[in-house]
Amino acid sequence: MIELHYFAGIRVLTGIPKESVNFSNQTVEDLWKWADEKYPGIRNSSARIAVNEEYALPSDVIESGDVVAFIPPVSGG
Amino acid sequence: MKAFEVVTEPIIPQLYADYVLRPEAGAVTLFTGHVREWTKGVRTLYLAYEAYVPMAEKKLAEIGREIEDKWEGTSVAIAHRIGELQISDIAVVIAVSSPHRKTAYEANEYAIERIKEIVPIWKKEIWEDGEEWIGDQKKKPKEEIV
Repeated sequence: MIELHYFAGIRVLTGIPKESVNFSNQTVEDLWKWADEKYPGIRNSSARIAVNEEYALPSDVIESGDVVAFIPPVSGG
Repeated sequence: MKAFEVVTEPIIPQLYADYVLRPEAGAVTLFTGHVREWTKGVRTLYLAYEAYVPMAEKKLAEIGREIEDKWEGTSVAIAHRIGELQISDIAVVIAVSSPHRKTAYEANEYAIERIKEIVPIWKKEIWEDGEEWIGDQKKKPKEEIV
């Protein structure tokens, strides 16, 4: 299982702030495909994926127990 | 207080200036970013900020390290407030000390630019007739066509 967190505009799209899903030993790219099927349009949101609080590359592998966040374009300051 | 933090209570800037002040510092720049009422002719009633708190604090600390590596002798503290903020409230404070003023100014501006690039914090503008997460690109292509 991995934990997924959704923020700001992405949370509006998913309708939930977080969820746990069965997903392991697959890449960030695989997660994008999974997410875009479940939440159509999420991929076009310009969001980035962070794994365990660090921005991840498409080829990075997600392991069971990881905390993954969808980070839409930030607007702090 | 921590040197790099996300807070929910009103920010007291002096705490951060005091934190970075050291005997070898000849300058401290203290930047405060405030909630603005008018943006491109649209009136904001108030803002709501949200953060991925653990990652945001980590990224603020990373910016601090970048500055201390880039400009020798600097010391940095940054706080960002989240939750509902009213017009003129302080949303962010950046304190930088350095031996000389030029570096303190430059490093302070660098910090706010980096915050806007990498720190997972989002603002929602609430207007009289609606609201929107800023930075949310979903609606942008449509708006650009219009």
